[in-house]
Formats: sequence, C-alpha cells, structure tokens
Amino acid sequence: MWARRSDLPLDHDAPGRFLPWLIAFMVYLAALALAGMLLLDAMAARWDTGMGDTLTVQIAPADSPEKDALRVRATLGILRSFPGVARAQPIDEGRLMDLLEPWLGPGGATKDLPLPRLIDVELKPGAQVDAAALAKRLAAAVPGTAVDDHGVWLERLIRLIRTVEALATAVLLLIGLATAGTVVFTTRTGLSIHREAIEVLHLIGAQDTYVARQFAGRALAMGLRGGVIGLVFAVPTLLGIGYLATRMQAGLLPDVSLGPQHWAALAGLPLVVAAIAMVTARVTVMRTLARML
Amino acid sequence: MTTEGSDCVVRFESVGLRYGLGPEVLQDISFALAPGSFHFLLGASGAGKSTLLKLMYLALKPTRGLISLFGHNMATTSRRQLPALRRRIGVVFQDFRLLHHLSAFDNVALPLRVARVRENEIRKHVVELLTWVGLKDHVNIRPTILSGGQQQRVAIARAVIARPKLLLADEPTGNVDDRMAMRLMHLFEELNKLGTTIVIATHNETLAGRLGHPRLRLDAGWLDAGTPDQQAAGKTAAGAFAAATSKSRAEQSSESAV
Repeated sequence: MWARRSDLPLDHDAPGRFLPWLIAFMVYLAALALAGMLLLDAMAARWDTGMGDTLTVQIAPADSPEKDALRVRATLGILRSFPGVARAQPIDEGRLMDLLEPWLGPGGATKDLPLPRLIDVELKPGAQVDAAALAKRLAAAVPGTAVDDHGVWLERLIRLIRTVEALATAVLLLIGLATAGTVVFTTRTGLSIHREAIEVLHLIGAQDTYVARQFAGRALAMGLRGGVIGLVFAVPTLLGIGYLATRMQAGLLPDVSLGPQHWAALAGLPLVVAAIAMVTARVTVMRTLARML
Repeated sequence: MTTEGSDCVVRFESVGLRYGLGPEVLQDISFALAPGSFHFLLGASGAGKSTLLKLMYLALKPTRGLISLFGHNMATTSRRQLPALRRRIGVVFQDFRLLHHLSAFDNVALPLRVARVRENEIRKHVVELLTWVGLKDHVNIRPTILSGGQQQRVAIARAVIARPKLLLADEPTGNVDDRMAMRLMHLFEELNKLGTTIVIATHNETLAGRLGHPRLRLDAGWLDAGTPDQQAAGKTAAGAFAAATSKSRAEQSSESAV
C-alpha cells in the first residue's frame, strides 16, 4: 500500500521526516515495557504454580539431637500419610547452614546454635491441602511445629508483580496515545501544507477516501520504518539486560530470559504501531476534510 | 425572467455572494445553460468572472439564491454527492493549479486516476491529448520547467481528458499566442460538438467575437445576458439552445423603486 504512487508530495514534508524517528523511539520504549510485562507475567505464573504446590514445615529445636530426630520422624510420618502430600523430605543440616550463611557469614552457624528442622513438602498437582488442618494435627502430635504454605509472601509478591504489570500496560497505552497524537499532528500539518493540492483533487472529483488513502499509506510506511528501527535498537538492549540479570540473579530469581513467544510478541510491535499510525492518519484526514467544502 | 426546465446543465436563480460582511461581489445572478451550449463570459478584470465560475464548479457556496447543476439543487445536495458531480465538470483555472511535483503526464492523468480508470487506458489517452496540445516532448516534464503557455495547455488537457459534461475555463488562452489560442478554441468546439456545455471566461472580446458564440457579460457583480437578438443567436454549432437570463441593473432598480 505504501509503495503506491501518491498525488501529494508527502515524503517531502519536514514534520513527516521526523515521524519514523519519533515512532522508533516510541517502539523502543514500548518494547522494553512489553518485555518487562511479559517477563513479570511469566515469573508470576511460575511462582504461582511452582510455590503453590509446596509447603515448608518447621519444627522447633528440642534439647537434644536425639529428640530432634524423633520429632522429625513423627512429623514425616504424619505428613506422608496426609492426603494430597506427594513427598516430604527433611532439609539436611548442611543445606540449612548454606541457607543461613548469607546472613551469619561463613562459619557463623555452628552446631551449638539451636536451629529449627525444616521439612520440604511437595503436594500432588492440583491437590487442595488444608494447611490449617495439617498444622493443627502436627502441633497436636509434635508440639512446636509450624506450617508455612508461602501464601502470605507469595500473595504480596504476586500483587507487587501485578501492579508493576499494570504500570507497564499503562506505559504501553500512553506510548500508543503519544504515537497517535504525533500522527494526528503530522497529518494535520500535511493537510495544511497540501491544502491547495487537496482542493484541486477535490475539484476534479476526488473523494475524501482518495486523499485519506494517501495519508494513511504514508503513515503505515512511516510506522513500519520507525517500528523496525525501534525494534532493532530494542533487541540488543533486551539481550544486554537479560545477560546482566542472569549474572545477577545468583539463584535468588527464576530464569528471566525471553522465550520464543515473547520475541514473537515483540516482533509484532512495529505492525501494531504502523496500524495505529495508519488508522489515526485516515481518521484525522476524514474528519478534517469533512469540514471542507 | 428565468429559463424554465430542470434539464439545464447549470441554473442560477437570484444568486448572490458576499465574502464575510463585505458588499455582494455577485448580485442577483439568474441564468440557465442548456446542454451542449457554448458561452463566453465577458467582463473586465474584477467584474466577478472567476467568482461566478467558482460557484459553478462548486468551490464556493452562494450566500443566497439557488444553484442547480445537472438537475441537482446544490442547497440540498450532500457533501458526499459532490465528487460525482465534480467529475462531470472540467475546469481550467486561471492560475492553472497544476501539481508541481507531478509530471505533465501525471497532472493530466489525475481526473482519470480519481475516476479509477485503468493505467493502460490512462497512458493511451493522456499521451494522445498531450500530443494534440503540442506537448508530446514534455510528457515527463514537471510544470515548473514549462513555460506559462505550456502550463496552460497542460491545465486545459487536464480539464478535458475525462470528457466532462460541463467545461469551465477561466482565461484559457491568456498565455498562448493567437495561433495556439484558436487551436485550443477549436478543441473546445470539438468537445462542444460531442455534447459538452462550455463556458469560457475571458476579457478577450476579439476572440469571443471571432467565434460568435453567445455572451454573458459581467459588470461589477451584475450579469447581463445581452440583447434578445444576441440570445437568439445562442444556437451553438451543436444545435443546442443556449439561454442566459439575468435581471438587468435597470430592472433591479425599477423593482426596488416599486
């Protein structure tokens, strides 16, 4: 469509020459916002499903290792017979020391330090386990046990992620609006610059759609050009951020690299922006010309 | 006195036009043009010839009165219907109004492209017409390179390429020599023989006199259709009856006095 011959010299308009670069900048920002949104969504979904199927049981330390072992055994017995539990595995002391090392420093956690015993519980997929009932039963059998279903912190974390996602969506919408606004301005300027030529076209019988098609075709071409430029700059930025995140996460965060479906969504950005530009230009021309004789 | 009949190509009834709150630049214009008629619109510079043509090619709306084109009352014709009407009108603008970024070929092709004629047909007709007006070697030249006379011929070619039912020409021979002027007039007459109604605005009385078509005369915004003898001579070469009437200034004055 954009390769069609145009009766109006729209390519020579000064404001129009900046349009691809403005759109490139918009698409660059939109790509970052969209990538962030997609990654957060994937992360939230992974945590939601991954952590939702696990529980951690904490057993308060007793006054001797033998008693501790007995309490762990009793707790494991209850857990393994509890409906919905797929696996219950005590976390060994070495692993517990490793988990505490970031807070206590190397060698900070000694054998003398009374540490609770932890049991990692994996639930059967889709199983609805009543964590409160389990906690009550465990506390009755082994006093000093507590069940952590990760619900509280997971809920807060997911709420935070969803908020950031909403912000990213708002940013995308604002970018779309800004793009549309820029196209409206450029189109109106073009209409003003070519007013006489448009009048001639009208007087020889051109319909508004004939004129609008030329503006819309050009906006589509500019949108695609700008979109591709923006994406070309966004890809290395995203790869760089991904590389840094992989180096920094150190096991604290899940994998944050973009998958093929995410790249496909990003590749669609120039098309969406070009479509926004085309429709905006067409509507602007039609509405403006409707006020002419 | 007005001409009856809804089959008129152009019909003006008590049309007046003023810009803003200024005085009327056209006053009580009433006339009708029969299909296939050929008229000269005469008048001094500033008499309102171009303005009257603008009303006829729908570039202006009157401030009062009724304009009817091809049987359509312009007061009740919607904006969406205008392009179809405009395609039946060919206009040679006084200042040519060529699109300077397009070649002579593309300028002439515009009315056909707007009407969605196939490109191979467009090429054939446009080249043929440009050859006829003596611009065979200037097909791909942009108007800015062409002389005033050459631009005028491109403008005329653009106006006639789609064989309009009504041709309005504003000083179409102002920038060409006598020989080319007569050649262009013959082109208009040929078009007229094919049924096109033609109105040529000019201040060149000699040219108008040489061809002998009926004249409409504008004087300071008033239209004078001439004497009954002159009107009776309004039978064109195509044999169509042309009639043009207007309230004369004297008639208007006597009406005001009553």
